[in-house]
Amino acid sequence: MNGRTNDLEPGLCPSPLLGPTAPSPGETQAEVEETLKRIQSHKGVIGTMVVNAEGIPIRTTLDNSTTVQYAGLLHQLTVKAKSTVRDIDPQNDLTFLRIRSKKHEIMVAPDKEYLLIVIQNPCE
Amino acid sequence: MSPKQQPRRQSNPMSRGARKRDEDSGTEVGEGADEWAQSKTAVRPPDQLELTDAELKEEFTRILTANNPHAPQNIVRYSFKEGTYKLIGFVNQLAVHYSHVGNLIPKDSDEGRRQHYRDELVAGSQESAKLVISETEILEEDEEPKDAEAEAEAEAGSQTDIPTAEAAEKVTEEELMAPKQPRERKLTNQFNFSERASQTFNNPLRDRECQMEPPPRTNFSATANQWEIYDAYVEELEKQEKTKEKEKTKTPVAKKMGKIAKRKMTSMESQSDDITKVTQAAKIVERMVNQNTYDDVAQDFKYYEDAADEYRDQEGTLLPLWKFQNDKAKRLAVTALCWNPKYKDLFAVGHGSYDFMKQSRGMLLLYSMKNPSFPEYIFSSDSGIMCLDMHVDHPYLVAVGHYDGNVAIYNLKKPHSQPAFRSSAKSGKHTDPVWQVSFEPAGETWVKWQKDDMDNNLNFFSVSSDGRIVSWTLVKSELVHTDVIKLKVESSSTEGLEGLQLHTMGCGTAFDFHKEIDYMFLVGTEEGKIYKCSKSYSSQFLDTYDAHNMAVDAVSWNPYHTKVFMSCSSDWTVKIWDHTIKTPMFIYDLNSAVGDVAWAPYSSTVFAAVTTNGKTHVFDLSINKYEAICNQPVVAKKKNKITHVQFNPIHPIIIVGDDRGHVTCLKLSPNLRKMPKEKKGQEVQKGPAVEIAKLDKLLNLVREVKPKV
Repeated sequence: MNGRTNDLEPGLCPSPLLGPTAPSPGETQAEVEETLKRIQSHKGVIGTMVVNAEGIPIRTTLDNSTTVQYAGLLHQLTVKAKSTVRDIDPQNDLTFLRIRSKKHEIMVAPDKEYLLIVIQNPCE
Repeated sequence: MSPKQQPRRQSNPMSRGARKRDEDSGTEVGEGADEWAQSKTAVRPPDQLELTDAELKEEFTRILTANNPHAPQNIVRYSFKEGTYKLIGFVNQLAVHYSHVGNLIPKDSDEGRRQHYRDELVAGSQESAKLVISETEILEEDEEPKDAEAEAEAEAGSQTDIPTAEAAEKVTEEELMAPKQPRERKLTNQFNFSERASQTFNNPLRDRECQMEPPPRTNFSATANQWEIYDAYVEELEKQEKTKEKEKTKTPVAKKMGKIAKRKMTSMESQSDDITKVTQAAKIVERMVNQNTYDDVAQDFKYYEDAADEYRDQEGTLLPLWKFQNDKAKRLAVTALCWNPKYKDLFAVGHGSYDFMKQSRGMLLLYSMKNPSFPEYIFSSDSGIMCLDMHVDHPYLVAVGHYDGNVAIYNLKKPHSQPAFRSSAKSGKHTDPVWQVSFEPAGETWVKWQKDDMDNNLNFFSVSSDGRIVSWTLVKSELVHTDVIKLKVESSSTEGLEGLQLHTMGCGTAFDFHKEIDYMFLVGTEEGKIYKCSKSYSSQFLDTYDAHNMAVDAVSWNPYHTKVFMSCSSDWTVKIWDHTIKTPMFIYDLNSAVGDVAWAPYSSTVFAAVTTNGKTHVFDLSINKYEAICNQPVVAKKKNKITHVQFNPIHPIIIVGDDRGHVTCLKLSPNLRKMPKEKKGQEVQKGPAVEIAKLDKLLNLVREVKPKV
């Protein structure tokens, strides 16, 4: 982006909510659904999709062909990026990937098994 | 045997032999010779020598010698003795024309005698038997074996019957005499036996093949990266640790239980939608989406410094950054604010109501600056929240005080919306709203002191308008209360109608523990008095300050100077005190009820106060000890009253909350956090000592002035 470090980068101060105790599935599911809904309804967000480890989209808010294209390409890119980070230091790991383009920004958050991809138009 | 028979018997072989001889000679000179001669005459060469009878009858004598005509006569051999070649005179004259390895048996041996004896017995029939064999040979060649054999047997039968029977008798006798000896086979005459061979059918060779289904094969190829190896090791380590744990708890019942639990877990996992696994990712993305949206605000937060400050003399400004609000907390006043001691971007907001007539529910929200659009945590309660505090060592614990007099602890690690611990009517809750809760400052002295009587249990204090200050201890998921002090209004016991003594209780509204002297604390009351109390004396106060004319809204010790504290009240004033002096050092009238005051963490002389007319006032006593250097309305509507203010522990920002449930984050302009100017050749001194000296200098001015006045 602009070279200056921002104190609010994602990994900087982990919020305590990411503590060791795992929430019960029922509650979490509703929470996640709500979070995804919030993201989708956020200003400038074009689409969100969840992609599994094979690059197959599980849920999406975009049309089919776009989703498939995004999922396939971003999956490859994320795997490569992760591999790069981990090759440099095996104890390290990729937590977030953002691609800023002329038209919009693609954000990829890799989890253990899934990728969450959000496309946002930040200039809107 | 009769002699008559003998000659006849002898004549018979004789005649046979004659006939045989005739046949032999015949082949040479008989009929065969004539035939040969006849054929010869036809091709007699013309130059053949014609000999006369006399010449033909002439005899030539030939002498046979024993010398071998082919034997060499001039063999020489080298003699080593004489050193020359020498002729060998003696040459072996023996010439072998025919040799044959036989199986002759010496006549003297047992076997020889036995055979000889037997031969004598069968001598008579020997010749005929020979004949029979030869005849059968011929007949067999004619391929009529059956007929020939029958004939031969018929012919030979008469002559061989008796002697074979006799021989058989002899053999049996011999066998009886030497029963263990193996039965001898009759030696076959090697010139007179037939070897028969027949060829069996050759089975035709046959190739049979069948093809089985090929075993399943898979091609597998992978490159083992360094991090894959690392992961494998980590996984293996975890596995080993797990097995160790299992071994430790290897009672059969426990094992079974574990299995069941595991099964349940897996079934739960399979049931739950995959979507839950992106929880973490979703949270990160939400923050990033917000960061993009509020990028300009984030840039301001980090980098914007008001350039206009340079042209102003002393005054500073507040730059509004994010606004935090939530639909669920709409129309609920912000009653408490608290930054998290560990995560500097996280703060807790308590929602409730200060209006006696409009009491309803309460909310506890935790926001992060990274996500201004939605709180990180949401807890709701039936009764309004009036105050809250976060634990320094356990930043996930939030203590809250409710309007109904209860106190509770929320655990952020637990996802329930209910508090982890809560007081009840039985466990000695307050009977009036709780106005302030506070975890004991975790100083070293405190911990030491605590160890004596409490086993490091969680401990916090609360003050309520029922006049009690209560110490709460968390013992095994239960809150145990101890009254530290009961506030009594001095000389207020009035004579009742029938001589009854009525004790009016003081109503505590705020308190603060001294930063160093851990037993000392201040309590502000509704009557406007401030009491300096000690934990050790529950019956009396160390000191009483007639501070305000209305309820004290906040008291706060200076973070640097241990003698100085500050109080604010609804009587429009903020007062700064030296706790050893009963009169205030500084008094500021802000023209509106002051909701809250807070010392800045970076300077001993800076503090902020918020008033109900929607203004925030920032003071720096070292710059201007008469009035605020910033005086700014920070709420959208003038109606909104600001209730609370808090400085961020590290960033130059403050958060203010209003009675509509909004929380605004503001950045302090450079003038508001001015540090002592650098002088040439002089190092800038920093640290608590400098801050104390700075404040002391100011106080001394006042102290000197006071007696005069």
